[in-house]
Amino acid sequence: MDMAPKTLETSRSEILSTVDGQPLKKALARTERTKRFKAILLVAPLLTFITVTFLYPICLMLFRSVENPLVAENMPQTLEVLQKWDGKSLPSELAFAAAAKDLAAARKSKMIGRLATRLNFETSGLRSVITGTARKVKKMEAPFKEAMIQARSQWGDVATWSTIKRLGPTIIDVNYLAAVDRGYNVKGEIELRDEDRRIYVSLFGRTLLMSLIVTVASLFLGFPIAYLLASLPLKYSNLLMILVLLPFWTSLLVRTTSWIVLLQTQGVLNDVMVWLGLFEDEQRVQLIFNAQGTVIAMTQILLPFMVLPLYSVMKTIHPSYMRAAESLGAHRYTAYWRIYVPNTLPGIGAGSLLVFILAIGYYITPALVGGQDGQMISNLIAFHMQKSLNWGLAAALGGILLGGVVILYWLYNSLVGVERLKLG
Amino acid sequence: MSDKSEVLVRFESVQKSYDGEVLVVKNLNLEVARGDFLTMLGPSGSGKTTCLMMLAGFEPVTHGKITLAGQPINNVPPHKRDIGMVFQNYALFPHMSVAENLAFPLQVRKVSKVDIEVRVKKALEMVQLDQFGGRRPAQLSGGQQQRVAVARALVFDPALVLMDEPLGALDKQLREQMQYEIKHIHENLGVTVVYVTHDQSEALTMSTRIAVFNDGVIQQLAPPNILYECPDNAFVAQFIGENNSLSGTVKEVKGKNCVVDLDGGGTVQALAVNIGGIGSRTKLSLRPERVEVNPVSGSLPNVFEANIKELTYLGDHIRTRACICGQENFIVKIPNASHHALLHENTKVQFGWSIEDCRALDG
Ligand SMILES: Nc1ncnc2c1ncn2[C@@H]1O[C@H](COP(=O)(O)OP(=O)(O)OP(=O)(O)O)[C@@H](O)[C@H]1O
Ligand SMILES: [Mg+2]
Repeated sequence: MDMAPKTLETSRSEILSTVDGQPLKKALARTERTKRFKAILLVAPLLTFITVTFLYPICLMLFRSVENPLVAENMPQTLEVLQKWDGKSLPSELAFAAAAKDLAAARKSKMIGRLATRLNFETSGLRSVITGTARKVKKMEAPFKEAMIQARSQWGDVATWSTIKRLGPTIIDVNYLAAVDRGYNVKGEIELRDEDRRIYVSLFGRTLLMSLIVTVASLFLGFPIAYLLASLPLKYSNLLMILVLLPFWTSLLVRTTSWIVLLQTQGVLNDVMVWLGLFEDEQRVQLIFNAQGTVIAMTQILLPFMVLPLYSVMKTIHPSYMRAAESLGAHRYTAYWRIYVPNTLPGIGAGSLLVFILAIGYYITPALVGGQDGQMISNLIAFHMQKSLNWGLAAALGGILLGGVVILYWLYNSLVGVERLKLG
Repeated sequence: MSDKSEVLVRFESVQKSYDGEVLVVKNLNLEVARGDFLTMLGPSGSGKTTCLMMLAGFEPVTHGKITLAGQPINNVPPHKRDIGMVFQNYALFPHMSVAENLAFPLQVRKVSKVDIEVRVKKALEMVQLDQFGGRRPAQLSGGQQQRVAVARALVFDPALVLMDEPLGALDKQLREQMQYEIKHIHENLGVTVVYVTHDQSEALTMSTRIAVFNDGVIQQLAPPNILYECPDNAFVAQFIGENNSLSGTVKEVKGKNCVVDLDGGGTVQALAVNIGGIGSRTKLSLRPERVEVNPVSGSLPNVFEANIKELTYLGDHIRTRACICGQENFIVKIPNASHHALLHENTKVQFGWSIEDCRALDG
């Protein structure tokens, strides 16, 4: 099968060969090989660096979103007994005895805390059940069923046992389910979380919406600037370019905090408004520590990433296109709209893609000025990384974000073509 | 009345300066008749493009007036002038197909869809690109792009078409072919063309009239043959075709003719075209192909002995460089006819020419 296309090709054109009779393709490949080897040597340092510091951690993180070794390692006997459990009524004494043994062993090997935390992520309240029982399990005697239920009443719930059974496999999908506000119920079916615990889907939605607003806003603000940059005489455009790049020379933190100074209720903008008499002192508006503040600050910070690709595309649009359109009878505005703007599309695409991708993963600005409703998904990832230590869930959230970006890129590629992307 | 309607474009003492310090176009007066193929020819920087841009409306006129079909157009914006234009880089819209490019001027004129289709098809046929309507400009060769640009400038039937060095980017062979194609389109449609080039053979091939520009001034405006055979001044003589230039002093003026003492020795009888009085400096212009080798004695008034320096065989003629009257680079073209004179380097020979072929111009 594999040979078919090859023979077809050779039958169509004779095999070309060099003077001494070698096939031309082989000779070419040999000369190309040294060239390629040199090229690989040149990029090797960077390649190693990226692999070690970027690709490897990402893979590790993605793996963490599905891996689940704690329960399998620390409750092996329980899991074995639970394998035959129907999941409807309480398991038999056998299971209780196995659990008691496992807990004792886990306490001895000092894994009990982590095990408890892991189970607690899935069903809150289980931490104290596990640690509390483990403390008493040494003194317990058969029948363990009564003893354990007496120690913690949750052992009498079917839910506790199904949680343990569900977390048994070493590769699981619960983190991804949790990341989209879903989980298994007692019967083992996937269902939505309780209303008060659904946060991630709406947060993803808000993150997308805010990123979209930031992208559109920076497009509208950036387009005229880029046009000016591309059409002004060099003397002025250089100055303007410095102004565009100026934010890059200032620390991100400084820029974000200066927005606080400007926008807070007692800030510069409100003071000016009150001073101008536009509204009363009591009517000062809250412009920061909410979604608005995040959008404003992020637009300012990401603006250069829109301006630069647009500028580089506009620079290549020869002025004769506009002149040609006008000489053909189009009004300046028609010419601008029908000739100029379509030719800037690669820049619009590149700028928007860049800003949007940067925006959906943005962390510092929403963390500083986002307040309650200006938080984005990255802030929650950080929360799970640093506070709740639920790395699995953090990894799953990050994985979904990464997947979204890849899909976006793929869409752009199949609609516009990445080879038309111009980043500067 | 009829005489006036013949004039389509008129420049009336037009001046142009970009920076307020240098006049790029100095007092230009020019009339382009309907149906004319007028070429602006001149060295780089002589103001040709500037004139064209003022006519198209992309550069404001500093002083003077331009009229189109009798109407002053100084304040008419470019899109209302109805002037087709072909740019040097073609300026085909890269995001539109060839057919869409041609449809664009019709769309902005609100021509009906059906008409657009018919006219685009006709225009494509005119430039022999019927099969290429669906392609993007980037998928065409340079010559094909050129044709599309020409078709686009003509598709909306403008009375006037401007072309600014439209063939500059093509190779020699294609350029010559396109010269004829554009010339034939001009003849078939009867459209008025103002053409800019600094290639003199292109100008001679295509134009009905040529305006030779130098330094913002029209040096001579004439049909190609007159321009070549009867240049008004030394610049035109030197710029159009190959030319032998002999400088000297006017010794005597006899009606239409004059006698000139050459700087390198010798006295020549010449046609007094553009000279001052006796004693003024002059440059004699003599075309290399108008020199006769070893003329029958007494048949020509100007005969001098020359020393052959170099012979170059060029197929249809033999280019001869000789030293005559102290002039080192005197060029003679000897046609490769069946009985042409056989010359040898470093031999002496007689060169002769008539009075009419030797024009005394400004010094
Ligand atoms: N936009 C401009 N601003 C200032 N000076 C200009 C501008 N365009 C042209 N010039 C000057 O005007 C003079 C005439 O230029 P123009 O482009 O008309 O020459 P041209 O005859 O078309 O030359 P070429 O054959 O090289 O195209 C030149 O000296 C040029 O430097
Ligand atoms: Mg020019």
